[in-house]
Amino acid sequence: MKAYDLVELAARNLRESILRNSLTTLGIAVGVASLVAMLSLGIGLQALASARLGRSGLFDTVVVYSRRDIASFEPGERHDTPTTTDNRELDIAARREMEKIPEVVEVYPELRFQTEVRYGDTSRFTMVAGLPLSAKQNEIFDEMQGKFFSAPEADEAILQADFAKSLDPNPTKLIGQELTLRYAERQALDSQPPNSKKSDPQQAASDWGFSVVRREKKLRIVGIAENEPFGGWRSFARGRVFIPTAVAEKLNVVQANTMRNALRTSPTAQTYSSLMVRVAAPSQVQAVQDAIKKIGFTTWSILDATRNLRRFFVILDLFLGIFGSLALAVASLGIVNTLVMAILERRREIGIMKALGASDGDVKRLFFAEAGTMGFLGGLAGVTLGWAIGRVINFGTTLYLQRQSLPPEDVWSVPWWLVGGAIGFSILVSLVSGLYPAARAARLDPVQALRYE
Amino acid sequence: MSVDQQNGNAIRAENVTRHYQMGQTVIRAVDGVTLDVRKGEFVALLGRSGSGKSTLLNLLAGLDRPNAGAIVVEGRDLSQMPPDELARYRRHTVGMVFQSFNLLPSMTLLENVELPMRFAEVERAARAERARQALEKVGLAKRMNHRPTELSGGEQQRASLARALVNQPSVLLADEPTGNLDTHTGEEIMELIRKCNDGLKMTVVLVTHERQLAEKHARRFIHLADGKVVAEGAQL
Repeated sequence: MKAYDLVELAARNLRESILRNSLTTLGIAVGVASLVAMLSLGIGLQALASARLGRSGLFDTVVVYSRRDIASFEPGERHDTPTTTDNRELDIAARREMEKIPEVVEVYPELRFQTEVRYGDTSRFTMVAGLPLSAKQNEIFDEMQGKFFSAPEADEAILQADFAKSLDPNPTKLIGQELTLRYAERQALDSQPPNSKKSDPQQAASDWGFSVVRREKKLRIVGIAENEPFGGWRSFARGRVFIPTAVAEKLNVVQANTMRNALRTSPTAQTYSSLMVRVAAPSQVQAVQDAIKKIGFTTWSILDATRNLRRFFVILDLFLGIFGSLALAVASLGIVNTLVMAILERRREIGIMKALGASDGDVKRLFFAEAGTMGFLGGLAGVTLGWAIGRVINFGTTLYLQRQSLPPEDVWSVPWWLVGGAIGFSILVSLVSGLYPAARAARLDPVQALRYE
Repeated sequence: MSVDQQNGNAIRAENVTRHYQMGQTVIRAVDGVTLDVRKGEFVALLGRSGSGKSTLLNLLAGLDRPNAGAIVVEGRDLSQMPPDELARYRRHTVGMVFQSFNLLPSMTLLENVELPMRFAEVERAARAERARQALEKVGLAKRMNHRPTELSGGEQQRASLARALVNQPSVLLADEPTGNLDTHTGEEIMELIRKCNDGLKMTVVLVTHERQLAEKHARRFIHLADGKVVAEGAQL
């Protein structure tokens, strides 16, 4: 029998017992909806976590330290202890070298310092952090009034909302206004000790130290960020005033490690306690780490943690899928029941078809087509139902988050592959459920079937 | 060409046996039957209820298989055919008419007549045309879109005959085709069957217990009793 005849006959047979077949199809639809609901929740949560972590730079960032500076790490973090006695400084030259690694997108120092911020008559002592330009593309601020820095070296600042409120009860007014940063600049000494015979003043300063000079820097406020930025373990996450990293670097602010560096190297030489290396893709992190280690530095990344996170979501999806499939398994019993009932009711019809020339295969395929049609329709309805449930839950979640003064989140995601996969799975389960009834129908003795009343 | 075909035999049954096990009892429905039906012949199988005539007809139709013996139809031994080939045989070589019509109630007459052509994989357009022609031949041109339940017994049996003939079989097997009809309508059906035999040179095997009807239309008679052929000839 030709395929279109098979489908036509199957559809006709399904229409004959429309109530029973509709209920069976509805059972499949509920099963598929449950599966789609569970999996889309897992996928949605994974996507949400990945997006959050991606924005935090957890997956595409390598932290680089000088091997001299290996201090205590947090427990569980990854260590790459030096195997040589290479004590190379993390300086400008090293930074440039890292920037040349093909997979590296940007290299920037972590700059964060406590200092005084003045706005009008108000003075606050707070944490200032440098933000790399990539922070704009990464959308590290969830909600922000105003705009991001206009240029890498613009004298501009973004304030964290709570801090902004401490300067002005109506922080929106601050946008476009100026504030003053009062900070301690590290300045090389320009005088030589009396008994020095060296003529090079820079060399002299290197030998003898630096001054700490009070400076002021005027900055224009361009944005107010509602929440702290997604910084993950990067230090700017804890900042209250954000300025471009390039501007922060030029300030030459005395930092916690300044004194320690002064004891080791030239007090005026530009060195970094650590550098953040952003990689083009998370898959390239390992290669970049290896390259940096080769040039003599210690690296740290969250690769292992990422692997564990992915494993967690695979297991979560698996369990959600299993729970979701339970309803589909129950529905598949409904298909078996419906088709077995159909065999009993259509016993004579099967006998007639065989007498008219239908082969066992034709009868078997007809029952398969009926099971497959129920599976397809149930799958289609189930995906629609699952999607609708997802929209309702997303709506509810958004509403709840808004009441908690939190930004809206999509915790539910139904990708196209899930739509196709769920319908395909529904058809497959239906066909498997149809195996026994179809085989039973095909085996019917036509003589016995024709005698059946 | 087989010996049977050379001899002009459409059907040859040789020592055919069909036994059923019913608990401890063996029912000998057909017990060593040997018969020949020549091409274009109209043969009536007569006998009382339970004599084995319907069982023999089912064996000739390829709906059942004998326990022993051979049934050769148009040179092919049905007992040796695999199931799919047997289905093809039912599709193309034989047409069947039943006492209880056996039309599918959910389909119109046109759809019922089209059904064997679906199994024979006839193209949709050709199928509809052939079904119409078959129904016109049996006088049901105006009833094509009616369902069987909307028709009289005679009309249903005529539709059943149209369905049996639509794949142009060479053998027509009729199992008590007038059993559920009044005398007049039964006579009409028998006339149609005889037309097939006369006009199309179709081999007809008729199972009936109505001697009068058989006598009027068949040319040879085979009497069965207890699963055996007890008499055979051109006279009743």
